[in-house]
Amino acid sequence: MNGVVRLILHRLALGALTLLAVSLVIFVGTEILPGDVAEAVLGQGATEETVNNLRKLLGLDLPAHIRYLQWLGSLLQGDLGTSLTTGKPVIEMIAPRLENTLFLAGTAALVAVPLAIGLGLVAARFQGSWLDKTISISTLAAISMPEFFVGYILIFVFAVKLRWLPSLAKLSPSMPLGDKLVLIILPCATLTLVVLAHMMRMTRAAVINVMSSPYVEMAELKGATASRIVMWHALPNALAPIITVVVLNLAYLIVGVVVVEVVFVYPGVGQLMVDNVAKRDLPVVQACGLVFAGTYTLLNMIADILSTLANPRLRHPK
Amino acid sequence: MTAADAKVLRIADLHVEAQDSQGQWHGIVKGVSLELDRGEVLGLIGESGAGKSTIGLAAMGYARGGCRIAGGSIVANGQELAGADRDELRRLRGVRMAYVAQSAAAAFNPAHRIDRQICEVPVSHGLMSAEQALATAKRLYRRLRLPDPEHFGRRFPHQVSGGQLQRAMTAMAMICKPDLIVFDEPTTALDVTTQIEVLAAIREAMRGEGMAALYISHDLAVVAQVADRIMVLRHGKLVEAGPAERILREPAEPYTRELVNVRRAMAPEKPEPATPPQLEARHVTASYGNGIRVLRDVSIELHRGTTLAIVGESGSGKSTLARVLTGLLPWEAGECLLDGRPLAKRLKRRSKSELRRLQMIYQMPDIALNPRQTVREILGRPLEFYFGQRGAEQLRKVEGLLEMVELPRDLVRRLPGELSGGQKQRVCIARALAAEPEIVICDEITSALDPLVADGILKLLLRIQNESGLSYLFITHDLATVKAIADEIVVMYRGEIVQRGAKRQLLSPPWHPYTELLLSSVPEMDVRWLDRLLAAREVSSTAPEPAASLPAPRP
Repeated sequence: MNGVVRLILHRLALGALTLLAVSLVIFVGTEILPGDVAEAVLGQGATEETVNNLRKLLGLDLPAHIRYLQWLGSLLQGDLGTSLTTGKPVIEMIAPRLENTLFLAGTAALVAVPLAIGLGLVAARFQGSWLDKTISISTLAAISMPEFFVGYILIFVFAVKLRWLPSLAKLSPSMPLGDKLVLIILPCATLTLVVLAHMMRMTRAAVINVMSSPYVEMAELKGATASRIVMWHALPNALAPIITVVVLNLAYLIVGVVVVEVVFVYPGVGQLMVDNVAKRDLPVVQACGLVFAGTYTLLNMIADILSTLANPRLRHPK
Repeated sequence: MTAADAKVLRIADLHVEAQDSQGQWHGIVKGVSLELDRGEVLGLIGESGAGKSTIGLAAMGYARGGCRIAGGSIVANGQELAGADRDELRRLRGVRMAYVAQSAAAAFNPAHRIDRQICEVPVSHGLMSAEQALATAKRLYRRLRLPDPEHFGRRFPHQVSGGQLQRAMTAMAMICKPDLIVFDEPTTALDVTTQIEVLAAIREAMRGEGMAALYISHDLAVVAQVADRIMVLRHGKLVEAGPAERILREPAEPYTRELVNVRRAMAPEKPEPATPPQLEARHVTASYGNGIRVLRDVSIELHRGTTLAIVGESGSGKSTLARVLTGLLPWEAGECLLDGRPLAKRLKRRSKSELRRLQMIYQMPDIALNPRQTVREILGRPLEFYFGQRGAEQLRKVEGLLEMVELPRDLVRRLPGELSGGQKQRVCIARALAAEPEIVICDEITSALDPLVADGILKLLLRIQNESGLSYLFITHDLATVKAIADEIVVMYRGEIVQRGAKRQLLSPPWHPYTELLLSSVPEMDVRWLDRLLAAREVSSTAPEPAASLPAPRP
């Protein structure tokens, strides 16, 4: 067990290092953006002097590396800073949005992950049959269309033509859960269609790869049923690649949903970030970037740790 | 009981076909018939490609991917298996007939505990409750002399040794008391000393449980210890069949005679070397990254034009020594010298000339050759790297190398996949020779080959040595090979040298106990060899594990 603990600690340290590097990249990235908040707020008519005064007031006149260290220091104390345009703490702006994004992503994951793995197992079990081909072709077709296109098609069919579901997903915090779920059916379906194929195909490929190993032949010679061979003999050995792809797609559900949020006017973090890039409200943009990067790093770390634990050689050393 | 039921297995005119890359079907078993009585052990013997494994699998109504049972009948206990539907076969497999694969390490599922895999058969077929199955499994562990039978099965496959795993797989095959067990080379992947333990345990359990078996092996001496009757196969056809004793004593067919008396290559006696050693390791100590020491204070000397054999079982450190000498694994203490000059620890620090003079040939030619390069490219690469040869000049040299290793010139355009195992190993030898080396390190180069093919390779190496004065460092676990090719021998055990000497001296008493154990473990062409050996060991030692009774290796 000692080896596993060390591996996890090692992975955690690497994750922290990655986040530090990412924070630097985000800071430099936002520095490169042309113009600054002082110019954006005061508009074209402002004199050089008023702009400079506002800069001094906001601390923008300090050299970049000092501002980075100040920003990093307050980050480490849990302070994401204050929005330059609204004057509210950034955390208050992000928290409700993040909740919404996680709600949409979580619901989509609950639908997409079991569905993808299930379809992958069925496709592997009936490899080469019409069922396998139907699953492969339909999921591939879904992933081949851009997500805004899928979103608008769904809106057109279910909201405009059939009038079953609302076309916009404008959540408000006071809504009961049932109403929220109805609102997000279409964005959730769009996201599911986008991530399904990747996970399903990896499950299928990983299981089929394991199916050619000698212990699967042995299972067949022991008279095991085809379903048992897939579920008990092949799946546990195919877990590592499946976990990696599933987590990669979970990360995509959280950080890659900007387009879907825009299509359905969904109040998530992605929209917040896009809005504030336009306003040059750097603390908000930086915080959104950090949230995305943190989610991505954390999920990948979890994937690595889970894939490691899926290996019995590491769980049970000699 | 009807007449058909009296036989456990009756195969008549079996034809199995395999599909090639063009989609054409070719016969790999061509009209083989056999019968097996209750409790009888039939040995199937032949080189790779003879169709013995295919027949063994067909006896369970199974054909590997890309193969099909194309004709004939397979009747097990009066039931026709050829053309039987999947569910019917599934109900019989594991219950009425069972399979023991060559590599237990690969045939056990790495994700589950041994107990669960063994109990899977009776429990999933609805024959026993989980508790009954576990009790039966423990009884079989005891019967197969596995250590700590109460807790043995709680472990994962990677936590037990190869020999133990092979016995566990035998327990898995026996748990439903099948009428027939197919053993497919069950001891081939094991060390000679482990092979004896497994062989003895299997034989005893078979006799105790009264099951019939098909015992498949390429090693006639091994088959003769367990089989009542032997069938010799070649190219998918029967060569001859008969009682084991008769096949060994009076083989009727020329091919069987060849198998019985493999005409061993034999190195000529050479005078004692007077020159200083060409390659030398002095007090070398080495470990892998995990801190486990694999070589302790190892010193060897290889003299020009001679062959030094390094003998030992898996884990003795003999392949590590090769990795150290070639610079693949930097050593921790000691030094290595080539022609009296110290070699750099790391491959990257060695000069081109040092690299050229020291070449290596590997155990698995399949892995050692790039499957996407033609023979011309494989042999051309070292010619270009060391001598800058290209074009027509290079092609002439490549053809010359092929001639030297007794391969036809028109192989130059072939890919490794289109060559036989023996041909591939000859290409590997030619690749080593392309560098015009002075020393060639041969790491188990014949152990993946059939005996007759391996013998051809040894004869080739001796001829080349005779013509060009090459030196060989020959790493092997096979003492028959050592007898054939070595001038001097070093015996290694757990990272240390336990005995060394000239061949004649080392192969005759007095021996170090480990050398004696190795020597006596080599199967002989005698049906009573195992009986005599086990009886002798019973008398000479009361310790259950022969290796455990060894004294500490000499400093």
